[in-house]
Amino acid sequence: MASATRPRVRPLSPHLSIWRWQANMTVSILHRATGNGLAFGGVVLFLWWLIAAATGPAAYATFYAAATGWFGIVVGVGLTWVFFQHLMSGIRHLVMDTGAAMQVHTSQTFAMLTFVASIVLTAATWVAIALTKGL
Amino acid sequence: MGTGTELGRVRGLGAAKNGVGHWWQQRVTAVANIALMLWFVISLVRLPALDYASTVMWLRQPVAAIPMLLLIVSVFYHFRLGVQVFIEDYLHNEGTKLLALLALNFYALGGAAAAVFAVLKVALGA
Repeated sequence: MASATRPRVRPLSPHLSIWRWQANMTVSILHRATGNGLAFGGVVLFLWWLIAAATGPAAYATFYAAATGWFGIVVGVGLTWVFFQHLMSGIRHLVMDTGAAMQVHTSQTFAMLTFVASIVLTAATWVAIALTKGL
Repeated sequence: MGTGTELGRVRGLGAAKNGVGHWWQQRVTAVANIALMLWFVISLVRLPALDYASTVMWLRQPVAAIPMLLLIVSVFYHFRLGVQVFIEDYLHNEGTKLLALLALNFYALGGAAAAVFAVLKVALGA
């Protein structure tokens, strides 16, 4: 078999510096940012909650006071949005893994929809928390 | 080296030194996480309160403790795979990368062990 030879210098696209902002760029990098945020921020808070519950009422009271203070609520709402954004962009990834929704227009539409869905779900979750917990 | 095609010389030498396993496990845990995390969020929202007594009473039920254990395994494995790619993409010094991957493994496994123990202590405790 003839050995396959290729030119050492591969041609580059002449349009590398010509681009404009697209929603799917933001969703792509946010998927990574929210994933890592959940892996460190979300997981640490999850562990605090579980270990406090396993340790006893005093340890849980410390967690509960922090979680229900204004700062805890702000972190909670932020974390809820981070979770739903990662969930929605993750579902978008799973759909695109099948080869579907790859057309430019469809891809942009679904990227924008992940933002709409994550914001609506975050709001719905906290309205429901306020109603069930009587905040 | 020197014989064979370019493809033949690089086959099996990808960044992860293995095939599609990492990619596939990321997807399997992603699908599991969708179901388990939605169950988790809806369960916490539906509880009338999240103080110590309510939380412990909820977690003692097998219908809560069993999905929680599955959630811990799936979520911790999923983020271990995801953060691994993050480290491989941005840390190019082999030593730093090795240490970061080692720390990630200890964090993920240690965290999962702590979480599983906490759930079991609450669920099986007197």
